[in-house]
Amino acid sequence: MNQKIPTMAEMAAEGKKPEILFWVGCAGSFDERAQKITRDICKILNHVGISFAVLGTEESCTGDPAKRAGNEFLFQMQAMSNIQVLDGYEIKKIVTGCPHCFNTIKNEYPDLGGNYEVIHHTQLIQQLIDEGKLKAEGGESFKGKRITYHDPCYLGRGNNVYEAPRAALEILDTELVELKRCKSNGLCCGAGGAQMFKEPEKGNKDINAERMTDVLEAKADIVAAACPFCMTMLRDGVKLENKEQEIQVLDIAEITVRANGI
Amino acid sequence: MITQLLFIIILAAAIYLFSKNAGKVRRNILLGKPADRSDNPAMRWKTMAKIALGQTKMVKRPLAAVMHFFIYVGFIIINLEVMEIMIDGVFGSHRIFSKPLGSLYGLLIGGFEILAVLVLTACVIFLARRNIVRLKRFSGVEMTEWPKSDANYILIIEILLMTAFLTMNAADSKLQLLNIGHYVKAGSFPVSSFIGPLLPDSAGALEIIERGCWWFHIIGILAFLNYLPYSKHFHILLAFPNTYYSNLHPKGEFTNMAAVTNEVKAMLDPSFTPESTGEIARFGAKDVTDLTWKNLMEAYTCTECGRCTSVCPANITGKLLSPRKIMMDTRDRITEVGNNIDKHGKDHQDGKTLLDDYITREELWACTTCNACVDACPVNINPLEIITEMRRYVVMEESQAPASLNNMFGNVENNGAPWKYSAADRLNWANDDAR
Repeated sequence: MNQKIPTMAEMAAEGKKPEILFWVGCAGSFDERAQKITRDICKILNHVGISFAVLGTEESCTGDPAKRAGNEFLFQMQAMSNIQVLDGYEIKKIVTGCPHCFNTIKNEYPDLGGNYEVIHHTQLIQQLIDEGKLKAEGGESFKGKRITYHDPCYLGRGNNVYEAPRAALEILDTELVELKRCKSNGLCCGAGGAQMFKEPEKGNKDINAERMTDVLEAKADIVAAACPFCMTMLRDGVKLENKEQEIQVLDIAEITVRANGI
Repeated sequence: MITQLLFIIILAAAIYLFSKNAGKVRRNILLGKPADRSDNPAMRWKTMAKIALGQTKMVKRPLAAVMHFFIYVGFIIINLEVMEIMIDGVFGSHRIFSKPLGSLYGLLIGGFEILAVLVLTACVIFLARRNIVRLKRFSGVEMTEWPKSDANYILIIEILLMTAFLTMNAADSKLQLLNIGHYVKAGSFPVSSFIGPLLPDSAGALEIIERGCWWFHIIGILAFLNYLPYSKHFHILLAFPNTYYSNLHPKGEFTNMAAVTNEVKAMLDPSFTPESTGEIARFGAKDVTDLTWKNLMEAYTCTECGRCTSVCPANITGKLLSPRKIMMDTRDRITEVGNNIDKHGKDHQDGKTLLDDYITREELWACTTCNACVDACPVNINPLEIITEMRRYVVMEESQAPASLNNMFGNVENNGAPWKYSAADRLNWANDDAR
């Protein structure tokens, strides 16, 4: 299926304004695995007929990894130039494909003059389910599969979003199992705080390997994720255990697309 | 009369000493940088009521929650009895509340006794968890000899106080039955009546035991009060202001550095003239005085329970980082800075800093900023904020970030992404939809 991905610049040239801006994020733009999730989020938006656009080449890193690593200068430079772009297009509402972008734009941009209504894509999916626009019908059946969900720190503890991603799984005809450490007690995948971009400090194991003990204990066939960094860490964890044939790691958006046959 | 005078002197000395030492802690806390936590008082009172008074964050560990609740309620309610003891001590009366309260008094004393037994039991179980079961949460690099002894002292003192209280009641009730002097019939003794048979029957001996326990109990309480400012047990007081001044923003939101905003604005727009922010502050924290008063209050509030460290992904996987150590180091360092001021005057430099002398860079860089420690703390302490402030110092003042992070910074700055991809390729994902 070839889908149209309009950019803000194109829309502005036609004198149009989308209902919502889809903030793709760096991982969603460049990471091959995350690109699939990005395309699936667009499929969902197109499927339900929400008018949306992306910033395309005008998008830039929110500054999240710089801020967590202590580089407030770089963060604020990124934030201010992004705010300029966003305000230039008079953007009011944003959906992000990444909990880190979501947290940064929603919570940290207001202090620098950027005020938007920001939701994470799992919250959008929950809304669409509540409105009856997504149903988990007409697509792949997940019957007989055990699905578990890994809470991303910046969605869960960081912003108290625990129910939206679960809502997308609850409508599936399948068995939902919680990981031993879940919700506010969830264990980090190991990528946050700019750890994604460096080697871990000396220890006795990697954090994603520790997380795999929960996944294996839950005997899950599918681990649902909602963050491109968790996705990388969880997939590496599965590889580490040589369970690539048995355990799939899928984003909530991908599961939604499959279940609805979009 | 002499005993009254003695009591008043001891009481006054205890209160004076405590105020002096608590005042020092307050002075130390106020060595921190300003932070505005005066907004939204309604929400703040609610948070304090829920988290400090209602202990809602304790329930995650049910056994500890129940035991702790016994000690907490016991402490608060038995303080009513301490009020009576104080009044009796000052005026030379005996069980002064018994007459005005009538039958309610018996109910109260009976209730205190049952609570005392619950406190005793909880303290014994807590001691066993620390010293026999040796729960992992109570060990770790930062749990050196003093923190371990401190915890044991607190539990032992509480056990002794409760034992004295019950023995006092047992002797008193026996004296009441003997109709001796001022030992009027008052109170009911559901617990201490079992101790009674173990005590001697002579009125003289009973009176010595009763008075002995009375004095031991009250002097013990006053001594314990004065132990607080030196101990992790200070949390029984600071938990309240600490939760009142909680961070009310989402945990994912890190503080904005206004000083940086001014510089960035000036850089982007040369005509921008920042409002004067007074003295030029250091970016981030190298020492404790670079932290806010709230960070320092949290350090003094920490009771070293280790819930933070037990959920820390870095600590779980064997890294050096322990959020509890961050708090304990901060407290020990600010106490040291305070002692230096007392000894050598205000501007004394001892050449030490929180960074490197207490907290190593390896600890700071092991943090995933996952907020598990912040969420786990039963009194809303935030070790992550201290870690972030110290990273800010290392990165912005020293330019000493790990090389891989410097690469990431460079990529963000030049390509608008943390990886080395060209900004021009940012929309390529949209063009290979067939994959």
